[in-house]
Amino acid sequence: MSAVAVEGLRKSYGALEALRGVDFTIAPGEVFGLLGPNGAGKTTTVEILEGYRRRDGGRVEVLGFDPERAGRAFRERIGVVLQSSQLWPYLTVRETLRIFAGYYARPRDLGEVIDLVGLGDKRDARVKTLSGGQKRRLDLAVALVGDPDLLFLDEPTTGFDPAARRAAWDVLRGLRSLGKTILLTTHYLDEAHNLADRVGVLVRGRIVRLGRPAELVAASATVEIRYRADGRDVAVRTDDPTRTLHELTGRALAEGTQLEELEVRRATLEDVYLQLVGEEDGEPAP
Amino acid sequence: MRLFLHQLRAEQLIFWRSREAAVFVFVFPILLFLLLSAIYSGEDDGEPVVNVLLAGLLGYGVANTTFGGLAILLVLRRENGILKRLRSTPLPPLTYLAAAVASIVAVFALQTGVLVALAVLVFDADAPAHASALLLVLLLGAASFAALGFAAASLIRTGEGVSPAVNVVVLPMAFLSGGFGPARDLPAILAGVAEALPLKHFVVLVKAAALAGEPPWTHPAAVLVVALWGGAGALVAARRFRWQPRDEG
Ligand SMILES: Nc1ncnc2c1ncn2[C@@H]1O[C@H](COP(=O)(O)OP(=O)(O)OP(=O)(O)O)[C@@H](O)[C@H]1O
Ligand SMILES: [Mg+2]
Repeated sequence: MSAVAVEGLRKSYGALEALRGVDFTIAPGEVFGLLGPNGAGKTTTVEILEGYRRRDGGRVEVLGFDPERAGRAFRERIGVVLQSSQLWPYLTVRETLRIFAGYYARPRDLGEVIDLVGLGDKRDARVKTLSGGQKRRLDLAVALVGDPDLLFLDEPTTGFDPAARRAAWDVLRGLRSLGKTILLTTHYLDEAHNLADRVGVLVRGRIVRLGRPAELVAASATVEIRYRADGRDVAVRTDDPTRTLHELTGRALAEGTQLEELEVRRATLEDVYLQLVGEEDGEPAP
Repeated sequence: MRLFLHQLRAEQLIFWRSREAAVFVFVFPILLFLLLSAIYSGEDDGEPVVNVLLAGLLGYGVANTTFGGLAILLVLRRENGILKRLRSTPLPPLTYLAAAVASIVAVFALQTGVLVALAVLVFDADAPAHASALLLVLLLGAASFAALGFAAASLIRTGEGVSPAVNVVVLPMAFLSGGFGPARDLPAILAGVAEALPLKHFVVLVKAAALAGEPPWTHPAAVLVVALWGGAGALVAARRFRWQPRDEG
């Protein structure tokens, strides 16, 4: 049985169709990344799964529950990081977590959770004195404190510095190795590539691509060759890099010139993503 | 029950940590009582003025604390997403709301204790004539005004708007209802307004219990008005109370 199953999910806000038939499943223990431009419907999808918003159509099952009707047993098993929310500004990190821990039947050890998100030296600091990224880490800690089976993380690493982001990845990998299921939205393509077992690309309320990050990248075999010639940057895209490169270097050798700053680069998830989003928006791919 | 107590403790911690809330909600009525008692002395209608002020300030206290304080706290928490966040935890919604009410009522109880002690010990007011009747009246008022606090929180849309909105209601109502001393010679229109609002009737009940030693049921009309307002507040709250900043249904 899947941890999350979504079929034909629809949601409108007035005349705006935010979700127009979304389908995907997440297996237990899987990390699923939901990607998509601003306004694509990621938060709408996630908050329907969390039970915050009502759907207009389609089937949704989360840990065997229908989130619209689920109660306490469901909430014992999920952890939530909202895209934006605040906590009590005058309480300390520890006090905040102690309050949340009290809501669960089997909470995790507070000190352990605090260390896990790297707030060890801030455990007695007031929430309002934390930096933006530190507050976000506290959000993550709050989501973890009930020891949930399924985590919903809506842009959890926004505002993290690069080191903190990598540390957060380690935390999430650790959770994954404990068998937790994670649904993550992000605008960082490297994050999706590094963390997610599978990603879905949501554009204007529809999933336009679904698969392993490596598969998505491999499916677009494009390679980019860049160099400088006559003081200008040249970029060549090719599906047959061996031949193209041979031709380019052959010509340069024959003419006795250099391909300055020569660089051969495989498409990244980001290139694939940008191309997809561009196509779906009806614009030519860059 | 364990969750209720856990949340009640949390609410108390949060309330007293936030200095502004604690000062505005808890200290302000006490401060006003001290000021007014220092300014006015003598008798009013054969009753020591301090006795009348004590009854009035208990009235202002119930409105400021269980109505205003609760409304402010709920709106701010809704707008900054804390209520939403709590909804994703196993804490049952009604347990949360019950703890929020219990916490603000506890603040009001403490405030009442301080007001009565100051009045009696410092200003030579008479001790309440009928303590258990007074307690009953205070509980009725706290429940009714808390329900109205929920209603106000449901109707007020923004965090910036809540403090002014609450005070625009509470301060004039307190003046008209004798919260800051006798309000006897009001123009007919204002007297009518005061008559329709719950606070005046609450002050009447407090005076009856504390000064005349009369239990609330000797003033059934006043009890009815206070209770009706509370019921109406509960009804509005049940229909309109939201947990999320925007309408995301
Ligand atoms: N409560 C609401 N009322 C009206 N429209 C809404 C509401 N919430 C979202 N929308 C609209 O629905 C669409 C999808 O919004 P959503 O927040 O799901 O996007 P998102 O993919 O999470 O975007 P972002 O990357 O910016 O967080 C947007 O066009 C948004 O304006
Ligand atoms: Mg979003």
